[in-house]
Amino acid sequence: MDFNKLLELVISASLINNFVFTRFLGLCIFFGVSKKMETSVGMSITFTSVMVISAALSWLIFFYIMVPLDITFLKIVIFIGTIAALVQSADTIMKKVSPVMYHKLGIYLALITTNCIILAVPLINAGEGYTFIESLAFGLGSGLGFALALIIMASIREKLELAEVPRPFRGLPIAFIVAGLIALAFTGFSGLITL
Amino acid sequence: MAVEKKTHPLIVSVSPHIKGEESVSRIMWTVNLALLPSFLMSLYYFGPRALFVTALCVITAVLSEYIFQKSLKKKITLSDGSAFLTGLLLGMNLPPSLPFYIPIAGSFMAIVITKQLFGGLGYNIFNPALIGRAFLLISWPKAMTIWKEPTAVFATLDAKTTATPLGILKEEGLGKLLEVFGDKANLYTQLLIGNRAGSLGETSVIALLLGAAFLLYRGYITWHIPFSFLGTVALVAWVFGGKGALFTGDPIIHLLSGGLILGAFFMATDYVTCPTIRKGQIIFGIGCGAITMLIRLKGGYPEGVMFAILLMNCFAPLIDRGVKTDLFGATKGQKK
Repeated sequence: MDFNKLLELVISASLINNFVFTRFLGLCIFFGVSKKMETSVGMSITFTSVMVISAALSWLIFFYIMVPLDITFLKIVIFIGTIAALVQSADTIMKKVSPVMYHKLGIYLALITTNCIILAVPLINAGEGYTFIESLAFGLGSGLGFALALIIMASIREKLELAEVPRPFRGLPIAFIVAGLIALAFTGFSGLITL
Repeated sequence: MAVEKKTHPLIVSVSPHIKGEESVSRIMWTVNLALLPSFLMSLYYFGPRALFVTALCVITAVLSEYIFQKSLKKKITLSDGSAFLTGLLLGMNLPPSLPFYIPIAGSFMAIVITKQLFGGLGYNIFNPALIGRAFLLISWPKAMTIWKEPTAVFATLDAKTTATPLGILKEEGLGKLLEVFGDKANLYTQLLIGNRAGSLGETSVIALLLGAAFLLYRGYITWHIPFSFLGTVALVAWVFGGKGALFTGDPIIHLLSGGLILGAFFMATDYVTCPTIRKGQIIFGIGCGAITMLIRLKGGYPEGVMFAILLMNCFAPLIDRGVKTDLFGATKGQKK
């Protein structure tokens, strides 16, 4: 197993091709949850773990079921179904097994089902033909990148609560501008690792 | 920005009772003054073009701040010198040969989008001048990377196009750089006095250090950010900068070239966009240095100071949260 390749995948997915700041995916959760630090930390934990599990599950389904049956053209539909079922069952199991954890993280699970990064990662994994471990690394990197974006954004938005932003720009508009400016800063990482 | 109130000498009021001489506008104009030596050096090396680009930036910055505040019926704050400073810093960060609309666009981006939309001075998350420059670099990548050879004022208007020392170092290696400048001693001297291609105000290290020493002496900037920034750059350059073996790099080239001195002393130390706690400022400086060297050695751009400071600007509120001190007498778990 090539350790460097895995490290590159994680760094590339989290910093250089950060899903939020360079591909502009997953913005609905990003703007919805980043208003408070507490919710963004909860979301980051839930998101990263769901991401790794769904990357693994989709990889297994893709290479052991869809490729032998020659139905890879159905991958979008099947991945959406897989992820929705996975998240819903995690939700139900958590409610029964650990109500405390459900109380803390359960609300984020419902939001994750329809997130586009969760769908993009299995699609990219399938498209690039990553191995199982590489898919896990890519999923982990994407999750960590999203967590980083959320936590930076939450810290900035909490600071902006005190700012005298002109009225038409309060709330979401200024958040979009902040996201754009962070994206500008993140272009500095471009060309760091060429995959 | 203390509110001036006339009080009767016998009326008891709340503290503070002793007011210092310092004010925002005094600090801002002093920083402007500290940039004067390197501005003069840029005039000497790049001639009228330097004046043209810098003046465009300053005028646009001041005008757009005025128009924005006027149209929103806010208090006009031109006299505090911060818009002037933003324009000046942006101008000093641009290459000499630009068509007139590029500095104007950058200045507008810096003042209106990065500063005024966030509520004006004191609320911006990012350094306005650096956002302006990053925006220009991405919008006009070709025009923003045409560097001119420095020629003394009255020599010729059509200076030769050339690459910056960092650009040569990145594309062709140290050997080529030494070939251009002769030997190492000459290279260091030329970098120090600023006889090299680069952004207008970043080339002359001596002039910049003069201004920085003045600011340090006045206490307007502290050593925490610049020295941890420069120290990290030197350390990383020494350890990883060499070809092949570790600990063979040349830290002096990396310290003297690019926008490092300008960035470390004049832009990373911006009060608004850096952490406010000393411990956080050291973390901030180390982060800036590490990202700068990461981009210089491994990244797609030859120079990383601008992106490093902007990236650490994103992290500044987070750093401040992390290093917040406990309340006096607070027990564990009672941090707030």
